[in-house]
Amino acid sequence: MNITSSADIIAARGKGRELAMKMGFSVVDQTKITTAISELTRNIVTYAGKGEVIIKKAESETGGKNGIVVVCRDEGPGIEDIQLVLKSGFSTSESLGLGLSGAKQLMDEFEIKSKPGKGTIVTIKKWLRRR
Amino acid sequence: MDIPILKIEDFLVVTIQSELSDDEIYALQEDILSRIKDVGATGLIIDITALDIVDSFMGRTLSNIAATAELLGAKSVVVGIRPAVAVTLVELGIRVKWNVNTALNLERGIKLLKRLIEAERRGGAS
Ligand SMILES: Nc1ncnc2c1ncn2[C@@H]1O[C@H](COP(=O)(O)OP(=O)(O)OP(=O)(O)O)[C@@H](O)[C@H]1O
Ligand SMILES: [Mg+2]
Repeated sequence: MNITSSADIIAARGKGRELAMKMGFSVVDQTKITTAISELTRNIVTYAGKGEVIIKKAESETGGKNGIVVVCRDEGPGIEDIQLVLKSGFSTSESLGLGLSGAKQLMDEFEIKSKPGKGTIVTIKKWLRRR
Repeated sequence: MDIPILKIEDFLVVTIQSELSDDEIYALQEDILSRIKDVGATGLIIDITALDIVDSFMGRTLSNIAATAELLGAKSVVVGIRPAVAVTLVELGIRVKWNVNTALNLERGIKLLKRLIEAERRGGAS
């Protein structure tokens, strides 16, 4: 789904929440997933202007584990120093600088790929806890 | 969207009823601040019971509203943070930069406001 405005951020959150709920994630995990989606899609709008998000079921490579995967992709300015932007509190927009570090903290897996001038892809996953 | 701002004694109570877009959040911020000034409110309560998510943007806005209200002479308390939202805010790392008073519900929020105002009055007198 395309992300260009704050209305799209709300729509993406809704989609993430719905899938997480359907898959049986706890309310706390639903909230974490939804918040991470909000942070990453907001970064798309703020820094790249436009991009897209894919939200779907995930299965671990070895099988057995189910979860949710969210891929946020844009062709914006990209990120020069990834280590730096992952630090909690770092921001180039005088914001809190919590988005990327927070999304990493809230999810089980976090991967970021970025090339200056080319764009950014952030992939996050959360696994269902077996009970 | 029209978000009701109620006046109870010298306090304003704002109840957010659904997820807000950025524009709606900015509009609400302006509304609240002009109402504080108009009625000379000494306290502000923002009830976010209806919000099932608070991201860093919303968190920052709440913090900004509280800071600006303080400059206008009103103390602020945010009430109704859901447990799952609280857990998420902590993991997000928002506490380090968050100067927001919180209380469980409206009733306790009003009590806290009264205490904050009283504490300042005494502090100011000494
Ligand atoms: N999609 C992106 N494209 C380009 N730069 C990005 C992107 N996402 C993040 N950044 C850069 O990484 C920095 C840190 O991002 P992060 O989301 O952690 O904090 P923030 O957006 O500055 O503040 P917050 O998310 O707390 O409002 C940003 O200030 C920006 O410079
Ligand atoms: Mg951000």
